[in-house]
Amino acid sequence: MKGGWLVEGRASGPALVLDEPLSFWGGLDPATGKIVEANHPQRGVVVNGRMLVMPSGRGSSSSATVLAEAIRLGTGPAGIVLGEPDHIIAIGALVAAELYGIAIPVFVASPDGYATIRDGDQVSLVP
Amino acid sequence: MTSEATAVELTADDRARLNGERGEGAALAMRLVVKMAEVARAPRLRDVTGAHIDSCLYHGQAGLDFAERLLACGASVTVPATLNVSSLDLLHPELVRLDEETRTRASRLMDSYVAMGCRPTWTCAPYQLPDRPGSGEHVAWAESNAIVFANSVLGARTNRYGDFIDICAAITGRVPDSGLHTDDGRRATLLLRLGGVSDELLDTEVLYPVLGHLLGRRAGSRVTAIEGLPPNTSEDRLKALGAAAASSGAVALFHVVGVTPESPTRESVGADTAREIVVTLADLRAARDELSRVPDGAEIGAVSVGTPHASGSELRRLAALVRDERPRVPFYVNTGRAQLAAVGSVAEDLADAGVTVVTDTCTYIAPILHDIAAPVMTDSGKWAWYAPSNLGFDVALGSLEECVRSAAAGRVIRDARLWEVG
Repeated sequence: MKGGWLVEGRASGPALVLDEPLSFWGGLDPATGKIVEANHPQRGVVVNGRMLVMPSGRGSSSSATVLAEAIRLGTGPAGIVLGEPDHIIAIGALVAAELYGIAIPVFVASPDGYATIRDGDQVSLVP
Repeated sequence: MTSEATAVELTADDRARLNGERGEGAALAMRLVVKMAEVARAPRLRDVTGAHIDSCLYHGQAGLDFAERLLACGASVTVPATLNVSSLDLLHPELVRLDEETRTRASRLMDSYVAMGCRPTWTCAPYQLPDRPGSGEHVAWAESNAIVFANSVLGARTNRYGDFIDICAAITGRVPDSGLHTDDGRRATLLLRLGGVSDELLDTEVLYPVLGHLLGRRAGSRVTAIEGLPPNTSEDRLKALGAAAASSGAVALFHVVGVTPESPTRESVGADTAREIVVTLADLRAARDELSRVPDGAEIGAVSVGTPHASGSELRRLAALVRDERPRVPFYVNTGRAQLAAVGSVAEDLADAGVTVVTDTCTYIAPILHDIAAPVMTDSGKWAWYAPSNLGFDVALGSLEECVRSAAAGRVIRDARLWEVG
């Protein structure tokens, strides 16, 4: 698939394609890995082990810490595929790699590539 | 992470930091700044004159681990840095009901940032402090509402910095030269025009968080120009608009044509060629109904205003309103300690009327509201967006006046008339 890396790495898992962007802060419970944002169409879904696919980031700049905390606790996604670059998500993943040595790759897919991913598809990221 | 093969053009000073000549903490901070420059495909770094740090708000062990790692490596800030709200109200500690362990960790986090040389301002509205950045000044701000205000109202230049990178920018004084730091990055790609919205509604306070909510939904992370707002739209209204837009979307800059310093005309920000959306009264009503799900007349359990932190003029207005109509339900106002100190005896007027003043933190991020069974009313689109998931409350949105009137009655009282006809 065409695109670019925000954080390079290797991961695979079933795609969790979000219908709307998710703010990790206020939207993801790092203790459980569950989506808790009240208005989110996929509220209640667990991101753990999934390849999280979403069009863009959203909302609070605290999302970086929440992502790093979820990665520390092992409740985060296996990898993240975005429709457009998001620096808040990138720094959260980079700091988790610095502090804990756990690498969660973050990839920005081209619009064509992004559109082909269906929920539940097996997705692999390979550098 | 490696930095040897970076495509980012670095100065001798940047390299010295990267190589550890200014200490391990500065090297770690520089490594992350360079990595973010690679992510942003920035050709080089640029100086900033200040930073606003969001990382001081406790969200778990990861944030504390990072701050204490930096501190242990001897890092300190090299440009003036203000601190965002934290999880604690240091002036009124009894208000926040946190378990002892979380309180201790949150406090350690705050201490770490002060120890790195940041100013203990504890506010999400650093633009209300006297030494705010001017038009064209480059800064590294975190906190989504502060970012959008800096860019859209002050005409300062900041990207949407988040936790971790904010303190790295303050330590190095450097950020990637990209995005909203550049002229190209600030051009509007979306034009939002208000069509058929009455002047009376345009002069209604609650329009602004509602319009902000709609903007966030439609714009995502795009730079938008808004046409049709009055040229004298107040900073408090623009604050409400931006905070809501940066909650429901990733909005970091909107040009209000005729208001934003660099946006005298739609052509000046490239909006003449942008995709145009006309916002109608029906669109605004739908946006309001998404944020405010509690009907008129319904019982309320509390009111919370001041998200983002109430300005001096908002505190004074509130004090004047509650003098005549005392709240019957718990009434909270969030503000910064500097903003509160600047209004003198207004703090006592508020307390006398039964209003609880919260400083250093906010009712939507810290456990302050308790034993409240009924819905909560607010004047903030941001609070209305986050409170249902953060706190589990149903929310009614109204103006500050409507919040005070409703608090006195114990039920939602709003002027629905303006929303009914175009």
